[in-house]
Amino acid sequence: MKEERNLILEAYFVVRKRQPTTHYPLRTMSSRFIVLSLFLTMFASLLVLPAAAQDVETEEPVLREVSDDEVNEVAKDLYCPVCENTPLDVCPTKACADWRELIRTKLAAGETKQDVFDYFVLQYGDSALARPPKTGINFVLWLLPFIAVALGLVFFARYMKGLRQDDPETVTSASGVQDVSPEPAPDDYSARVEQELKGK
Amino acid sequence: MIADLGFFALVIAFGVSIYAAVAAWYGNRVDEPRWVESGRNAVILVFPLVALSAGTIIMSLLNNDFSIEYVWRVSSIDMPTYLKVTSLWGGQAGSLLFWNLLLALFAAVVMMRKWRVDREFMPYVIIVISMTQVFFLGISAFIENPFTRMTVIPPDGNGLNPLLRHPGMIIHPPMLYLGFVGFVIPYSFAMAALLTNKLDDRWIRTTRRWTLVAWLFLSLGLILGGRWAYDVLGWGGYWAWDPVENASLMPWLAGTAFLHSVMIQEKRNMFKMWNMFLIVMTYCLVILGTFVVRSGVISSVHSFAQSAIGPFFFAFIVIMFLFSAYWMTKRREDLATENQINSFLSREAAFLYNNFLIMAILAVVFLFTYYPIFSELFTGEKGFVGAPVYEQATAPLFAALLLLMGVAPLTMWYKTSAKRLEMSLLWPAVATTVIVGVIFALGIRYWAALLGMWIVIFSLILTLIEFWKGTRARMKRGENVLTAYGHLLSRNRRRYGGYWIHIGVLVMAFGIIGTEVFQQQTQLNLQNGESLTMGNYEMVFNGVERFPGPDDLLITEADVDVFYNGRFVKNLNPRTELYTRTGQPMTIPAARSTISEDFYVLLVNWEPTSSTEATFRVYVNPLINWVWAGGLIFVIGTLIAAWPDPRKEKVAEAKRERMALGVGD
Repeated sequence: MKEERNLILEAYFVVRKRQPTTHYPLRTMSSRFIVLSLFLTMFASLLVLPAAAQDVETEEPVLREVSDDEVNEVAKDLYCPVCENTPLDVCPTKACADWRELIRTKLAAGETKQDVFDYFVLQYGDSALARPPKTGINFVLWLLPFIAVALGLVFFARYMKGLRQDDPETVTSASGVQDVSPEPAPDDYSARVEQELKGK
Repeated sequence: MIADLGFFALVIAFGVSIYAAVAAWYGNRVDEPRWVESGRNAVILVFPLVALSAGTIIMSLLNNDFSIEYVWRVSSIDMPTYLKVTSLWGGQAGSLLFWNLLLALFAAVVMMRKWRVDREFMPYVIIVISMTQVFFLGISAFIENPFTRMTVIPPDGNGLNPLLRHPGMIIHPPMLYLGFVGFVIPYSFAMAALLTNKLDDRWIRTTRRWTLVAWLFLSLGLILGGRWAYDVLGWGGYWAWDPVENASLMPWLAGTAFLHSVMIQEKRNMFKMWNMFLIVMTYCLVILGTFVVRSGVISSVHSFAQSAIGPFFFAFIVIMFLFSAYWMTKRREDLATENQINSFLSREAAFLYNNFLIMAILAVVFLFTYYPIFSELFTGEKGFVGAPVYEQATAPLFAALLLLMGVAPLTMWYKTSAKRLEMSLLWPAVATTVIVGVIFALGIRYWAALLGMWIVIFSLILTLIEFWKGTRARMKRGENVLTAYGHLLSRNRRRYGGYWIHIGVLVMAFGIIGTEVFQQQTQLNLQNGESLTMGNYEMVFNGVERFPGPDDLLITEADVDVFYNGRFVKNLNPRTELYTRTGQPMTIPAARSTISEDFYVLLVNWEPTSSTEATFRVYVNPLINWVWAGGLIFVIGTLIAAWPDPRKEKVAEAKRERMALGVGD
């Protein structure tokens, strides 16, 4: 309790730009007075700040103007619950127009993008989101591509590893013909092209 | 009645297809060529029968015969004639019939062209093609019958889905279907090779052009689909990772992997099993794609169960897969090879990396596309994966693929020394870094874009160097640049056509990076005479008009002037169209296109538009036209690679004979 009060006092003096405290022994001042004055300051600031904001926006304090771009910014990551596979920001149907108005209202009321997402998930399930949350079966989905690629890599690496043991010089082809690996000399590119053009 | 004739022809075609398969099988079994020939004639006969059937549907569409349910569903009296004809593929029943028509056509062509050359494959080719044809004809005749009658004859029809009344949409489905159907041919030859146990690369060489042509049409279908989306769907993009799009992308991916990996088999006699697997997979994805495109299966498991054709398609895919898998297992020893890859830095290894990356992309797309079904099966709740997730997952894989596209052609068969490879990569890498440095200096700071551009430019330089080296080699014989280059292309169409395809892809990739990363957009409500500014553009709103269009269309059209750096550049008329009968709205954008970017305007119907104000959504899509230009290069490259060359065909024929004699290449 005492510590807490000390903290409050400290905060108070910070606000008062650290006036020298040594000249006023704390105990002589009524602690009730200090708390009271603190509350008064806070209350005053509450009164003053919204008034200042109002001066700038000349709007009602809670509602603000939400531009179409802001609505689209949220709507593009939501998928229309009725039309298949259409992002909400471009869907031309009436239902989607209503949903966009809903987003606008919510944003105007001060809700964040995440709040709007949460609302849509609550109402229509995870499938309303363009990016499904990484929970439950969605997490399995999220993992599967990685697993698939990793498995492929393992398979591939093992296959290649087995090959490195082989002698690269003489390999017998299935048709019984011995095919050696003739590495052309570095500068015979044109000869190679010529040969390919003639031969094939 | 004419429609009865059509239905009758369809049922006969069904019977004839069954006969073809049975006759070919029996003839082969008792070694009686006459039966096989009879099967061949039956396959050829199916085409005119199905054509007759499709013809009666077109006649009914033209005659506004609304006693037929399909006609009522997709057509209406006041639709223009060309739309009535193309309504053949405007609905499920009709498009399945159209699929049948294309398959019958392809099958007939194969029977006539390849009969003598690949005689021993033919009984099995007939069986496999006919099995596919029987399945689709059965669906058309008995389940999704386009000739179903209405109990009451309505005075007018529904009309074609407005989204499909666009030139792009008229040509896009046939392209996709040609691609889909085309892959049936290499599959049937692959099965024939398996069943006859003639597992050298002959089936691959025989069907190489079929595969390329199928792949070309599928590519065209995908590109046109993207263009259609950009022109009509009104969301500023061209690819949405929609299940229907993915359903046609997946066979394309599998086909692309196949086109590359067959080269290993041709050159080194390796990966026979893998190539079999790839073509089987392509075929299964084609059948699955055909089904998904036309049914709402992805939207819900329940619609799958309700869909009349769902279980049949599922059963058919399973049967064909098991059939293929059985024979692959049975022939696994003959499919094995003693040849092996000798080095990580070899052409065959590079093809393998290519296959690995494409398979990874395919796996991701497959998983995400069918995720709603899996999720609903396992949890009961419908899951969903949106476009941003697809982009995140596939972008690194595509980037690696683009890099490989530039580097792989520098590798050689068997083995490439690391030093040589380094030498040929060093200067292009330096040059690319300088170019990307300039781009950086111009003010682009987004690292993903810079990395992407580095890869694209690097691969582009490497590909161009390959062209230059080849041309220079020929110029040494005294030819001028153009002749030398022309000879280079014509002498090895496959390789140099392939390089053109690569260049097309790289140009497209450049455009995709531009639009994906640097697209700007804004949306604003404007009063008459007001303007909005975005970047260097200013757009002045002159007014909006509402008037009835053809058919039941209600058009709302805005008039805007576009200024670039204060200079008037173009007058645009973005509009919304409302099909009053169905209540379906459409947003038709208008754009000012330049080589560097599109200024793309949508009239948004968020609020009811009055005559004095309207809401606009405006995009600047940088480099979007590179995507289309790249697509064009891509198609030209494929044509170069697939163009028939009689001289080379003779050489290939001679080579086949040599190989048969055991001389080898």
